[in-house]
Amino acid sequence: MDDSKSWHGGCCITITAPKGTLQHNTNPMIKKTTSMVRMLAAVASLALLGAVTSTLHADTNAPAAAAAAPTPYPANTNAFTAATLTNQVAFLEAAHSNSDPTPTGITYESDPGHNAWMMVSAAFVLMMTLPGLALFYGGLVRSKNILSIIAMCFGITCLVSLLWWAFGYSLVFGTNFTPSTGPTTLGYIFGGTEFFFFKGITSVPNNNYAFWVSQNVYAIFQLTFAIITPALIFGATAERMKFSAIMAFVLGWMLIVYFPLAHMVWGATGLMNGVWNAAAKIPAIDFAGGTVVHMSSGWTALILCLILGKRIGHGKEPMPPHSLVLTFIGTALLWVGWYGFNAGSAVAADVVAANAFTTTTLATAIGALTWPLLEWIFKGKPSVLGFCSGAVAGLVVITPACGFVNTTGAVIIGVVAGVIPFIMCTVVKNIFKYDDALDTFGVHGIGGTCGALLTGILVDPSVNSNLQAVSAGTPANAAMQNGLITAITNHSLVIAQAKAAGITIVMAVVGTLILGFIVKLVIGLRPSVEAEHQGLDITDHGEEGYNH
Amino acid sequence: MKKIEAIIKPFKLEEVKDALHELGIEGMTVSEVKGFGRQKGHTEIYRGSEYTVDFLPKIKIELVVADGALEGAVGAIVKTAKTGKIGDGKVFILPVENAIRIRTDETGDKAV
Repeated sequence: MDDSKSWHGGCCITITAPKGTLQHNTNPMIKKTTSMVRMLAAVASLALLGAVTSTLHADTNAPAAAAAAPTPYPANTNAFTAATLTNQVAFLEAAHSNSDPTPTGITYESDPGHNAWMMVSAAFVLMMTLPGLALFYGGLVRSKNILSIIAMCFGITCLVSLLWWAFGYSLVFGTNFTPSTGPTTLGYIFGGTEFFFFKGITSVPNNNYAFWVSQNVYAIFQLTFAIITPALIFGATAERMKFSAIMAFVLGWMLIVYFPLAHMVWGATGLMNGVWNAAAKIPAIDFAGGTVVHMSSGWTALILCLILGKRIGHGKEPMPPHSLVLTFIGTALLWVGWYGFNAGSAVAADVVAANAFTTTTLATAIGALTWPLLEWIFKGKPSVLGFCSGAVAGLVVITPACGFVNTTGAVIIGVVAGVIPFIMCTVVKNIFKYDDALDTFGVHGIGGTCGALLTGILVDPSVNSNLQAVSAGTPANAAMQNGLITAITNHSLVIAQAKAAGITIVMAVVGTLILGFIVKLVIGLRPSVEAEHQGLDITDHGEEGYNH
Repeated sequence: MKKIEAIIKPFKLEEVKDALHELGIEGMTVSEVKGFGRQKGHTEIYRGSEYTVDFLPKIKIELVVADGALEGAVGAIVKTAKTGKIGDGKVFILPVENAIRIRTDETGDKAV
């Protein structure tokens, strides 16, 4: 999210040699330099023609670009001055390094490269829900409930899209609840009203979150996160919660849990946004959603499955997955899609994205190695479900850390992801006998909590310039003002991370208790006993997944 | 006429079918069935859940033969389906009152 928006100060290429002096110099080396400057000028002007003049607004501050019609070199070289050329090169360099182009004064909308990556990332994250999660969860239920999982994922995708357009994006990423006089409690928890109904959301970037990515692309990218988060919850409640109750619960949950939490962690004026909010009370970091996505859904899942009660026959009759083949396909789609989730959370195709891409791969592979290895040791056989579970656990635990840790950190995270959720799902769940049907709490709730804390321990500022102090003489960045950099230096970031995790758990638990009992009173959570026996596909949706 | 019902191990079906075919037996009905006898089931583990699967997959062959062909057919089934290990299955023999070929209205031995 925004916390990865890379900022590289002093990125400009400065061309210092004035043309007048060079023209009179007879030194052949200098002549060579002169022609190189001319070539650079020609290349820069052509690039600008493509990037700025022809497709975007007319650039009033760069007369050279406007004058540089495609007349063949060297006829128009006199149109350039060193100052305007420097400005234009600085602008292109800013796009290249994902930094702020506003000092150049050049008007622009977005960068095609960064935008392309973010559109691909958004589509990847949507693929994680449809069909990734639908198949991953769908394969794990009995065949009579496969369609109830698909309908849940599909229904949430559409409902959350509507909420996001109407007010979700604005409540998370708006800022007008925070007046210029300073932060307010409301502004720490919710964003603002300025983007209600996507008002003013165009291809122009919102510089609070990205210099080069169009805000409409950014809003849809963030929408895909808002979609998958509630969909994760209903793995715990699988096979025994009415479709109508799921939809009603999601409606309330987005409003009182997801939107405020996402703003607090990722909003420019959020309470716990250590990277970008200079006034953050808790300087915590969460690259791609350890708290916002996995802890919130996982802890909600635990409370909701306790309110709901066990499936009929749980612990007495077998409830094996009806197709581990579907679960495998879903897992593979989740893994691939997660590159959009994690590397895409850099909100740029930059060095931070590259690091997140790398750490995500390592942690996932090692999680997927560790889980079945433990099964082999303690149960006798390495299972395909073990590979799938370990991969998802690895992806979950690396999520908050992927843009902040190095590869050693990723390997440690992979091992932890294979061990802790494994113990939760195979030992702890059997001791307490709660029916977390598809292990949403064990993998996402506990995995997300591990990730949030490990991010505080394994953080490596060298992989992300947002975690570094800016050089003397330039204005202090947010991370210096809110104490994040001090916390990293003192190795005390884990305290801020624990506070952020604690707030997330409280919000998820309290919000779910309130909503769970309201929905239970108003429309009821569970289908009738007969309907549950028959399967939700027929009773809730009037169709069957398999007719043969 | 007699009806033979044989429960055999699934991987033995082809051998049994070929042996019966060599005896000139022209038809049979085959079903995939599940059941248990003295052979034990197995355990399946899905994360923290362990299930004992008692019902094992078997193949049931049903065929009706004339009395004179009974001994040869049963002998062929027992010989080819045998592995000597537990779970090889069973053969049941039942008397049949009559048989009718629907296409031609033939009855008795001519119909089987």
